[in-house]
Amino acid sequence: MLSIGYVLKRLLQIIPTLVFIVVVTFLIVRLLPGDPASAILGDKATDAEVARLHAEMGLDRPLIVQFGNFALRVVQGDLGTSTAVKLPVGRIVLDRLPATLLLTVMAAFLALLLAVPLAFVAALRQGRLGDTVIQGCFQVGLSMPVFYVGLILLTVFAAGLRWFPVGGYGDTYLLHLYHLFLPALTLALSLAAVLMRNLRTAILDALTADYADFARAKGLPTRVVLFRHVLRNALISTVTLFGLNIGTLLGGAVITETVFAIPGAGRLMIDSIYARDYPTIQGLTLVLAVLVSVAFLLTDLVQASLDPRVAQ
Amino acid sequence: MSTLLSVSGLTTRLLTPAGLLAAVEDVDFTLDERDSLGLVGESGSGKSVTMRSLLRLLPQRAEVEGSVRWRGRELVGLPENALRALRGREIAMIFQEPMSALNPVLRIGLQIEESLKVHTDLDRAGRRARAVELLALTGIPTPERRLDDFPHQFSGGMRQRAMIAIALAASPALLLADEPTTALDVTIQDQILHLLARLRREMGMAMILVTHDLAVVAESCERVAVMYAGRIVERGTVRQVFAAPRHPYTLGLLRSVPDGDRPRQKLRSIEGTPPGLGNRTRGCAFQPRCGFATAQCATDRPPLADIAPGHAAACWQAGRLTDLSREAA
Ligand SMILES: Nc1ncnc2c1ncn2[C@@H]1O[C@H](COP(=O)(O)OP(=O)(O)OP(=O)(O)O)[C@@H](O)[C@H]1O
Ligand SMILES: [Mg+2]
Repeated sequence: MLSIGYVLKRLLQIIPTLVFIVVVTFLIVRLLPGDPASAILGDKATDAEVARLHAEMGLDRPLIVQFGNFALRVVQGDLGTSTAVKLPVGRIVLDRLPATLLLTVMAAFLALLLAVPLAFVAALRQGRLGDTVIQGCFQVGLSMPVFYVGLILLTVFAAGLRWFPVGGYGDTYLLHLYHLFLPALTLALSLAAVLMRNLRTAILDALTADYADFARAKGLPTRVVLFRHVLRNALISTVTLFGLNIGTLLGGAVITETVFAIPGAGRLMIDSIYARDYPTIQGLTLVLAVLVSVAFLLTDLVQASLDPRVAQ
Repeated sequence: MSTLLSVSGLTTRLLTPAGLLAAVEDVDFTLDERDSLGLVGESGSGKSVTMRSLLRLLPQRAEVEGSVRWRGRELVGLPENALRALRGREIAMIFQEPMSALNPVLRIGLQIEESLKVHTDLDRAGRRARAVELLALTGIPTPERRLDDFPHQFSGGMRQRAMIAIALAASPALLLADEPTTALDVTIQDQILHLLARLRREMGMAMILVTHDLAVVAESCERVAVMYAGRIVERGTVRQVFAAPRHPYTLGLLRSVPDGDRPRQKLRSIEGTPPGLGNRTRGCAFQPRCGFATAQCATDRPPLADIAPGHAAACWQAGRLTDLSREAA
């Protein structure tokens, strides 16, 4: 479905985004009020200590030179050294990222797994009991904050029924999946609610579209009408919505990791903010932003493979 | 000629905010093999619902009553599976807007081949070859290169040709064409009508053509049925009905067609508007707009009665109209 030309075009288009991300993450720290050096060292530091760190961080040089150095290091994969733990930021981030990625991917997967079939059922039973129940449940899910849902799931399934661990990440890959199930479900519910509402409406529209009628008039089996003609068209807008929500999902991961005590990038971000660990904040922001834009790119490609009108 | 389709007492109720209301009531007509019937009437008169009722392509919870006999076999009440085998295979349908009736995300070739897959024994290669043939038959240049195109890569006229190719994939005996040229500009309209006429001849196919355009009916159909407020108010051969209309509504329609040089204009409607689904009265539905109405018209509904062999009208005053059209002649 996808032409190589289109994929290359989209890959090239991501370059300005990446440049923009580097500029912004650089500026975030430089433009903060106050001097990063004194902020890092805290109130008790002497002026001499602050001045030394200031010079060490290159903060006394012109902004453009600072940026040049920063960009050069970033391109080489060097994200600086954490001021809190004195380790390369790249290593710390790489250490914490897998948990967050796994959590986000699992959540996205669970959200789709919940949203697509339920939207289908709701749309096909429009206005009947099944539809009302599904919509009602998701309405409730949508109106509750992520941490609250997390706490409820924890109380019931971890603390109460003891089906799942209360927190942590486990040591093996399978244990990771097991540990991350409840947090991923927590994260998935609100996204599933958003996707399901959108997809239900899109399916209802597609069901009454002329092309669905024409497909039926051709004598195609209901299965083919529903899956080839209706669902495929309906998924286009849902994929777009899904892509737009990837950033929110990562944001939600931060909160969820805190509730479930998962040593992921979200926790790292919060810890680094408390520790005023600017290099880590910067490096992590950069990596997360790049991940979000890659995710956008992937959604675009999926969308283009669903909708030939996009891939022009 | 043998009777292909015979519809009697067809009544279709649709779910509206005011409950189930009849969009089509007590419709009777027959169609012979290779016959062509024009179905005309103002917007909302129930032309599309009539066509869709034949194949039961209706919204959920619609009710169909009466009888639709296809080659002697009753279709009303037929299980969905049996009806599905008929759709596209024996009775095909094309729509007004090819852009929205073609699936935007599927290649034209696939949209033809999926029909062949359900209705024929052709293998993959056979289906593809037949798809090329069908596109060529409907006048699409270099068809083998257009097979992998998507609908948006076709022009308006080409899309209508493609839709016709898809509908005719399984060589149906009857084509239901619901305003197939309304969305097209005039020169393309002519091409499509000529294409339909040629295909009908070559494939020996019958057709019901829904249109607002009486000139199109005159050109493409042997017989005509005029619908008003969900009912057929007059039907007969094109010659009978156009030369001597026996229903005031038909007369009004014919008078609102500008004669001579510009025959392809949309109907200018008669003074007033047709009643909505909820407001259909006991008497003749046309009575409030009718210049011939008497007291009887407000209380008793005139039945569709034969006036001459093959010519019927539903009007108490049909006799007075005879004199009138004689005067005009
Ligand atoms: N899905 C539906 N639900 C409820 N009412 C409907 C539905 N489809 C059509 N109707 C109503 O049924 C009546 C007949 O509609 P129909 O589409 O058959 O008219 P038509 O003669 O084809 O008009 P047009 O020339 O505009 O296509 C109209 O009053 C319309 O509002
Ligand atoms: Mg219509």
